[in-house]
Amino acid sequence: MTPLSTTYYTEDHEWIRVENGVATVGITDHAQEQLGDLVFIDLPSPGASVSKGDALVVVESVKAASDVYAPVDGEVKSVNEALTSEPGLVNSAAEGDGWLWSMSIADESQLEGLMDAETYKKSLD
Amino acid sequence: MTESESLKQLPLQALHERAGAKFAPFAGWSMPVSYPLGVLKEHLHTREHAGLFDISHMRLIEVAGPDAADLVARLCPVEVASQSLGACKYTFLLNDNAGIIDDLIVTRLADDRFMIVANAGRAETDEAWIRTVAAEHDVSIEALDRVFLALQGPYAAAVMAETGFDVSDMRFMSGGEPRPGWFMTRSGYTGEDGFEIAMPLDRAETFAETLAADERVSWIGLAARDSLRLEAGLCLYGNDLDETTDPVSAGLTWAIPKTLRAGGSYVGASRLAEIFASGPDEKRVGLQAEGRQPVRAGAPLTVSDGKPAGRVTSGGFGPSVEHPVAMGYVRADLAQTGTVLSADVRGRPIAMHVTKLPFITKRSQKG
Repeated sequence: MTPLSTTYYTEDHEWIRVENGVATVGITDHAQEQLGDLVFIDLPSPGASVSKGDALVVVESVKAASDVYAPVDGEVKSVNEALTSEPGLVNSAAEGDGWLWSMSIADESQLEGLMDAETYKKSLD
Repeated sequence: MTESESLKQLPLQALHERAGAKFAPFAGWSMPVSYPLGVLKEHLHTREHAGLFDISHMRLIEVAGPDAADLVARLCPVEVASQSLGACKYTFLLNDNAGIIDDLIVTRLADDRFMIVANAGRAETDEAWIRTVAAEHDVSIEALDRVFLALQGPYAAAVMAETGFDVSDMRFMSGGEPRPGWFMTRSGYTGEDGFEIAMPLDRAETFAETLAADERVSWIGLAARDSLRLEAGLCLYGNDLDETTDPVSAGLTWAIPKTLRAGGSYVGASRLAEIFASGPDEKRVGLQAEGRQPVRAGAPLTVSDGKPAGRVTSGGFGPSVEHPVAMGYVRADLAQTGTVLSADVRGRPIAMHVTKLPFITKRSQKG
């Protein structure tokens, strides 16, 4: 039995929820708290092909701009259009409605070595 | 982590920790950058109620003695002879090229005594410069050890009155010494009415707690301080001003008395007179990006034909105006309001309109 979805975490404070071979990516609650109130999210275009480590999204707070990186190779399938008018969703629901983009996964082995929720939580201490 | 270990801590660090502050390095200090309220609400709270800032990183330098007035007149383009007791002047230390060593507030406390408020990042440079220029003057120059707070916003005066300071007759850009060891001006860096209050270290915690306990008052961090001053069109030294920019290019001619524009006894006077006569090559302007994406310091600006037009020196998001706000330097012939330029943000062009400063209607009255 494989679970319906698995969520991974990166050292760059992103979460990746994998469901039916599609990854939904966002920043963690810890990350949004560190960044402060977000005022603009620069989202990629659906269809863009990306490589692991690409700076794909820029989240802008009042004070600074920060990159969000692609956690795996693949192709952008959709972006969270709601963030265009309401970037604060990332602050209020970073690991839910504040998701950034979804993408296909070219090579599932790139997920190996990412953290699970418990390991990520410990890494914050 | 050696960098953070060498950072200076504010005297009220523990109080800020208790208030839930997040800290970040600024000008060699570990500064509260935001509090649990968050930068957006901190910004809005200051405009609507009253914001409390710890600005103890700024340096108070007292200049006193028989030659104090002469020294100030040599250091800064101010008309010291007509500066009345208690009057605060926004002015500059200039080098021989009329480049800005620092921007300052100079308050006259007595015929022979002045208080200079210097920027944190420039404090040591300023003090060394003042001592150099003062070499043949009969003055004492003392950097004071104080906690320095700013209370800004429409309720600032009412809150001050409740803490025992009668500020009803105090005009904006005036100041004095309300108690021994204290120094207070009605001034600020937000575009709002407000006060900057320096006090002895042993009085600071009680006073800060008293202010913070007022329900109209909230602690405000450095991030909101920056967005507040940017909306108000105020310069940040190191971003919008440096030793290669002069007051005319910076659009700060209002701070230079008319009688001192064609020359004077202050350092930099002859070069500044030349710039007044010929006009500056570049001018500081307000810039408003189309759309919602902030354009930040360092972004290059071009004209539609691709030729360089200038650069953004401060930029971010304005929580009160609810759009991106920026300022920068552009070629003088492009400085007219309405000119459209293009900023390069991560390789993508963003249209920016030259606009009047400030972005908000200032509520700080001129003295």
